[in-house]
Amino acid sequence: MIGWSKSEKVYSSPWIGPQRHYDIIKEASIAFVVVLLLTIVLAVTFSSPNTPPITIQAWAKAQPTGFVDIALTELNHTSDSATYGPPYNTSNNPATDSVQSLGPISIQRILGVKYPINTAQTFVLQPLSSLPGEAALHSAIKQFDQASVQTQDKWVAAYQSVMKSRALTSSKLQSNVPTAGPVPTLMIHLLSMAQSGALDAQLLTHSSFFTTNYTNPILFLGDSWKAQHGASYWGKIVTSQHLAGNQWGVMNETGSWPGQPWLWLYTMWYQIPPLSTSDKSNSDVTVIAIMAVLSVTLLMIPVIPGLRRIPEKVPLYRLIWRRYYRDPEFTNAASNVEINSQTSSSVRPGK
Amino acid sequence: MISFDPAIGAIVDLNHPDTYVHWGFILISVANLVVIVVLVVLFIAAIGLPFLKGRSIGRKAFHAPTNHESTMEGEGWTARSRYLGLRYLPPEKLLPDGQPSYVSSWVYVFGVLTIGALAMAILSGFILAIEGPSWWQTSNIGHLVNSLHLWSVELFMGFMTVHLWAKFWMAAWRGKRWLTWMTGVLAFLMSVFEAFTGYLSQTNFDSQWIAFESKDAFNSAGIGAFVNAMNFGQALMLHIVVVPIILVLIVGIHVLMVRVRGVVPPIDAEPDHLASDSELVSQGVVQPDKENISKEAKL
Repeated sequence: MIGWSKSEKVYSSPWIGPQRHYDIIKEASIAFVVVLLLTIVLAVTFSSPNTPPITIQAWAKAQPTGFVDIALTELNHTSDSATYGPPYNTSNNPATDSVQSLGPISIQRILGVKYPINTAQTFVLQPLSSLPGEAALHSAIKQFDQASVQTQDKWVAAYQSVMKSRALTSSKLQSNVPTAGPVPTLMIHLLSMAQSGALDAQLLTHSSFFTTNYTNPILFLGDSWKAQHGASYWGKIVTSQHLAGNQWGVMNETGSWPGQPWLWLYTMWYQIPPLSTSDKSNSDVTVIAIMAVLSVTLLMIPVIPGLRRIPEKVPLYRLIWRRYYRDPEFTNAASNVEINSQTSSSVRPGK
Repeated sequence: MISFDPAIGAIVDLNHPDTYVHWGFILISVANLVVIVVLVVLFIAAIGLPFLKGRSIGRKAFHAPTNHESTMEGEGWTARSRYLGLRYLPPEKLLPDGQPSYVSSWVYVFGVLTIGALAMAILSGFILAIEGPSWWQTSNIGHLVNSLHLWSVELFMGFMTVHLWAKFWMAAWRGKRWLTWMTGVLAFLMSVFEAFTGYLSQTNFDSQWIAFESKDAFNSAGIGAFVNAMNFGQALMLHIVVVPIILVLIVGIHVLMVRVRGVVPPIDAEPDHLASDSELVSQGVVQPDKENISKEAKL
């Protein structure tokens, strides 16, 4: 049983001091009208941002070699998505995965794989399999599928060594690389498919008629940001719009509109050491933990000794209630109106 | 490079790269900085500017509660609920026509302004929901409604922030008002999540990037196993059904708690202005014998 302090009991007592007239319905109505007008003025004056999303098609056209570089990492399971770990796949290599932990505990690993993704199959081979005709392509897919993992990796590595000297924007793909097996055929067709726009549709998680899940195309696009950073097609737009994590990006918006300034505290932790430097591998879970503690603190201020007394130590409240402190009996009336004697029964006796 | 749509109907064109202020590790867009400065100025002005003169209410103290004896009879859950409602939230408390005179500052209007902005966000959201998630990108009217939605949300978050600052510096949790404060903080946190799911639901570049960028934080905390930011359908459902219902419920409880407990009195208020136990008994506000509620309900 919680016992209330004397101070709590006193401040919870009904007010029997002076009152002013108040009309709660009228106040709410006026407030709504004011907000309505203000919103209309702001909307008409500033409109709202609407930068269209990028597509894999636009990426493949702008940076054909950049696209193929990433597709190769999907094929040999070395992309960020392929090595991510839970919730997309299993990973036992802390050096390459994206699994984060708080001390010895990793909730991410405990909860396991929720949305299984095999990048070679989901991002490359299955979309290519959907292309009709193309006997050479289907033969290449079959050859790749039936090869051992070591052979697949050797083929991909051979093609990567050919591609690595090319600029991301280069559109010339080498088709004759004997040491790369069927990989050149796969990549040439995948690039063609991407540039036509067909890969965007094929990557949607639920490839039935209806779809609302964009996990696969976003992860594929994101792998370019993770591997090529600001040089990637997506990265160039993101950094120019100040949306990257090291640019306080979560707060920001495209164009010159305000974004989510209320996220300033959350975003701030990513900008200061050690979270911005040495301990980056666990930065997200650390920031979430810090914000959880701060949020609970804000929630529990009424019961935290010391914190709950801060406002009483800072005389800002004396400004807010200055009229009351100057004259405790004021009624805020425009003119002095006598207290209605008919209601005197409810007035404190003796006053 | 990607093309940018013109900002339809804008008097001031914001559809160009923003200017950023860089100071030490702080990097902030001018637009966000302006919002923060406006909020600080609003807070200072709300405290500093003299409040409107009003009318005297013609009485000095609280109303003694109306006699609801007849409605307090009966047994069962319904009768007990009616009894509790009338006991803690009688009509004169729920819809008051008087306030303590210390409630005379512009800082007090930010609570009701927040609710007004929430109503505006919900109404504009209704139109967007009725027309579908991509309508606003193909229709000028739709873009205007989207703009109304965006700015009502900016106002909602802004007003709520000023309200939060004011209530903190008033130590508004005093006098058994803990639940009022806590529901307010919960409403703020829920609003941040509501706004976040809204950004995910825009079906534009922002949604695409935020979905990708936020997944690591969600996954790292285990939230990603339940909420996949890249699943547009899930984000939209959260934004227009689950989170707003919870948010409105929390805000409703918060407002009712304000009505039940009343507006917190000034720190070091005059003792004569706060009723003592004996006065409450003499005026019928508190029963002399503090029987438990279940017994009273059976009377």
